[in-house]
Amino acid sequence: MSDLLLDVSGLSRTFGDVHAVDDVSFTLAEGGSLGIVGESGSGKTTTARIIVGLDRADAGTVRVHGAEQTGTARGRAARLARARRIQMVFQDPYLSLDPRTSVHDVLRETLRLHFPGTDHAARIRELLDQVGLGTRAADARPRELSGGQRQRVAIARALAVEPAILVLDEAVAALDVSVQAQILNLLADIREQTRVGYLFITHDLGVVRCVTDDVIVMRRGRIVESGATARVLEAPEHPYTQLLLASVPRPGWDPRAIGAARRALAEAESAGAEAGGAKRPAAV
Amino acid sequence: MTTLDIRGLRLRLPGAARPVLDGVDLSVDASETVALVGESGSGKSLTSRTVLRLLPKGAATEGRVEVAGDDVLTMNAKQLRKLRTQTAAMVFQDPRAAINPLRRIGDFLTESARLNKLMTAAEADTRAVELLDAVGLSADLMRRYPGQLSGGMLQRVMIAAALMGDPRLLLADEPTTALDVTSQAEVVTLLADLRERFGTGLLFVTHDLGLAAAISDRVYVMYAGRIVETGPSESIFARPRHPYTRALLASTPSLDTPQGRLTAIDGQPPDLRQELHGCPFAPRCPLATEVCTTEAPQSTSAPGEPAHTAACHHADRLAREAADV
Repeated sequence: MSDLLLDVSGLSRTFGDVHAVDDVSFTLAEGGSLGIVGESGSGKTTTARIIVGLDRADAGTVRVHGAEQTGTARGRAARLARARRIQMVFQDPYLSLDPRTSVHDVLRETLRLHFPGTDHAARIRELLDQVGLGTRAADARPRELSGGQRQRVAIARALAVEPAILVLDEAVAALDVSVQAQILNLLADIREQTRVGYLFITHDLGVVRCVTDDVIVMRRGRIVESGATARVLEAPEHPYTQLLLASVPRPGWDPRAIGAARRALAEAESAGAEAGGAKRPAAV
Repeated sequence: MTTLDIRGLRLRLPGAARPVLDGVDLSVDASETVALVGESGSGKSLTSRTVLRLLPKGAATEGRVEVAGDDVLTMNAKQLRKLRTQTAAMVFQDPRAAINPLRRIGDFLTESARLNKLMTAAEADTRAVELLDAVGLSADLMRRYPGQLSGGMLQRVMIAAALMGDPRLLLADEPTTALDVTSQAEVVTLLADLRERFGTGLLFVTHDLGLAAAISDRVYVMYAGRIVETGPSESIFARPRHPYTRALLASTPSLDTPQGRLTAIDGQPPDLRQELHGCPFAPRCPLATEVCTTEAPQSTSAPGEPAHTAACHHADRLAREAADV
């Protein structure tokens, strides 16, 4: 048995001749929180989808508690077992919740599927309480809830099966800052209480700073830098990480210099890529 | 010279118990960048859309919205068309939703100028190529389709299209929200350049306080359809006088805040079906006292800073607390 919660090794995925994910390896400790940052086309979402089982890898392994996740879970039992290990929370809870199902029924459906024959009513109350939703919200349908409340429902549903790992794909990106702060605090509390591990996929370095212990920076399918969050954000080594940090708007910000740095990086890379061979997703 | 001058704008919608915009005062001068910040439902997008009279069905308005001296709310159809094609222009959040995917970029750029007979087709083409160059894109894009361009490139095309009629005022509604952070910097640079070159006034609607602080001369903060605080951006971000502004700044995760809990704002913004008495922020405000729930606060200036105003009964108390820390 490994004491690592998640061990991803040599993950690769190509779409046509584009390397969306290229030899990606990282680990997540028990109860840890790892951020994956990068821009569109960096491969961060594809990586998450492979880990959750929504996509398959061409090469590489994903191990949870040392046990390998098969590329395609065959059969109902295998799929349910995988779902109990890893759950995902998506960016837009409006798209990931059934508009006709009330909050209470969403949770009951999940519990029935995974734990048939147990008392669901008590567990539903406990889950609603855990994510800070009142009993009034339990009878509501998604459109009667605010964005923040819907995201709480999505988190409650993910927690219902007591997963070892929660993958949060831009889970707070669509929320207003005051609500985003509530959800980030909630996630911090849940991690403390349940020791669930987080894989936090985001483009927002402020969010990374706030909720992760370690971070990996992805660019065009590859990890360009990784390490403890505080170290990476205070003393970034890779020019791309430096560019990402400089791009965060703040008073006295110099967007012109960022544009110049961005073009310089793209040129340096295209010179390297011509020598290197395989095609990468084009820079935006 | 005031490019945009909104005075006492009130907008009512059927089914809402209170005005959706409630006494908005806002101005943008030529060559000035003004940020309008607020959360969803605060009325910031509605305010910017009212400038082009793009109003929801059944909306009733009061007050004045003057663009280059003419009141938008009383314009006839012909004047309105001139306003939308020549005097003011808008850049929306999602370029893919605002552009026809089946038409070439060149068609899209020149359509308005051709249809309104502002120039001949040949002149429109020449102008479009010039503007593409101004936004850093090459002339051969004229023959391409939107699907062949990245989001950042397409947003630059949208900005070029907005400039075709030489507008005095550019309304940008979250123009960088759909873009990656590094392309955001490029679009912001571009808008600043254009403002310098053409003297265009820019109203930048955003929910991103960091971005507003980085690019704007002045800021307006909106909450529940009201302007709760306004002033020069350095002053607002360094010394907020409204508890809502302060709470928003505190709840934004930044690179300087260490790991751990953020200061969240409890509760929700007030529902539109609910009438408001007193200050709209009172139920969520740590400083609220009895007067806040009964009497709507008037905007008052900061001592020694007439341009920095906040609508809060306790603005001075907040300023003193900030000074003590």
